[in-house]
Amino acid sequence: MSSEPTRAPLLQVENLNAWYAESQALHGMSFEVPEGELVTLIGRNGAGKSTTLRSIMGIVRKRKGSIRFKGEELIGRQTYEIARRGIAYCPEERAIFASLSVRENLGLPPVLSAGGSTDEELLEQFPNLKARQNSMGTMLSGGEQQMLAIARILRTGSRFLLLDEPSEGLAPVVVKEIGQQILRLKERGYTILLVEQNLKFAQMVADRHVVVEHGQVVDVLAADQLQANMGRVKTYLGV
Amino acid sequence: MFDGISIQLLMGQLLIGLINGSFYAMLSMGLAIIFGLMHVVNFAHGAQYMLGAFIAWLLLNTLGINYWGALFIAPVVVAAFGIVMERLVLKPIHHLDHLYGLLATYAVTLIIEGLIRQQYGSSGLPYSSPIPGGVNLGFMFLPWYRLWVVLFSFAMCLGTWYLIEHTRLGSYLRAANENPEIVESFGINVPRMITLTYAFGVGLAGLSGVLAAPIYQVSPSMGSSLMIVIFAVVVIGGMGSIMGAILTGYLLGVVEGLTKVFYPEAANLVIFVIMILALILRPQGLFSKKEGA
Repeated sequence: MSSEPTRAPLLQVENLNAWYAESQALHGMSFEVPEGELVTLIGRNGAGKSTTLRSIMGIVRKRKGSIRFKGEELIGRQTYEIARRGIAYCPEERAIFASLSVRENLGLPPVLSAGGSTDEELLEQFPNLKARQNSMGTMLSGGEQQMLAIARILRTGSRFLLLDEPSEGLAPVVVKEIGQQILRLKERGYTILLVEQNLKFAQMVADRHVVVEHGQVVDVLAADQLQANMGRVKTYLGV
Repeated sequence: MFDGISIQLLMGQLLIGLINGSFYAMLSMGLAIIFGLMHVVNFAHGAQYMLGAFIAWLLLNTLGINYWGALFIAPVVVAAFGIVMERLVLKPIHHLDHLYGLLATYAVTLIIEGLIRQQYGSSGLPYSSPIPGGVNLGFMFLPWYRLWVVLFSFAMCLGTWYLIEHTRLGSYLRAANENPEIVESFGINVPRMITLTYAFGVGLAGLSGVLAAPIYQVSPSMGSSLMIVIFAVVVIGGMGSIMGAILTGYLLGVVEGLTKVFYPEAANLVIFVIMILALILRPQGLFSKKEGA
């Protein structure tokens, strides 16, 4: 372990274990996300990165250990209660609703606290969506769907974002655009926990990298330490 | 008009078809709403419809509350029963296969019917029409109450469809049909939404029961005999399709009525023949947007 956060943690995960039915997916994950930072969870497929986000949101219900957000324990809380405490989640599969238009998808999440973007602000911020606002959600390209999935959670006013592989399956030019949008969010003071397999993308946006293997944290690296430890990280990622 | 078929007979059966279709539409719509969000085949829907009719009868005969009062009170009582049932019976088994929900609601049906039968017997109880009389159209006599049922149920169907397809609340419901976990991750209390949706669907069944009380005999088996047809309507329209359930309800009511005119022997079978054809040719339902079953 090489990097200690200097800012106060917004999220503290300690000895987190999680199960899908009888199958254990997380084996004592521990890490912190300091306020205002962008932290990535990196690791190979099936390492437990997405499960970590789903456990934080309470979507994976069978959990043990501790997840504290602003000092408050989240384990035992329902997913909607966790969201109402200021955490927004953008899933890997994007979950754009096929039966709703782009505008309806965008307007779906309720405003939970002050400081969220209005629909008009979001359409200005994500101009691709503006032109497609009356199309059905699933008629969008992969990149546009990803933009929509990120845009709509900004409506709620939550300042802590869980983003699950936003670059997955997208063309390099679109990945770059998504990266720029994420950096803008960071500049605006959002705290972000990002699951990524694309190391280049993670490198572009993160303050800190948490390396996950077999449902455990095996390394924590500050952004400036990544290059020096690239060989080890690539071994973890199997690339 | 047709050889040996009078216009009175034709129009009379069309009216009966429309009235039956009104009940088919309202009941199958409730069933489709419940199935869409909860993936529960609510077998108790017929018993809940019967409960609505019985509550109307009880309100009149014990408390002296008339039809118009019952039209409001009975659906609320049946919906409240739905909330208790969802919490006690359906919620604990929601993670299991859909078959368990069907079996549990079937068990509830048998319990409700058994209790009512034990208390009030099997024979039908009369409930007089709150709007007596009618109008002679020349070719047929149109009872006012039947006209009221057709118009009221049509308005209810249209209102419910609008609520689901064109309001913010409806967009939550449609989104939760697709992916309840993500909707809940937006901060929406999906468990409560499920309970209230079930209560709403069940309340619609109760409301249909009140509407039916003056037309049919109020009896413990009035729901179960209707449920077989309602399931056929939902299968033909497409499970979970609201507009599909409404249109198919009216359509099949009319088809059934017309069959009584042209080939009475097949009147009780025609809906099931259509159901089999729909299952073979378009298993996802006539109005479902999904491809394949």
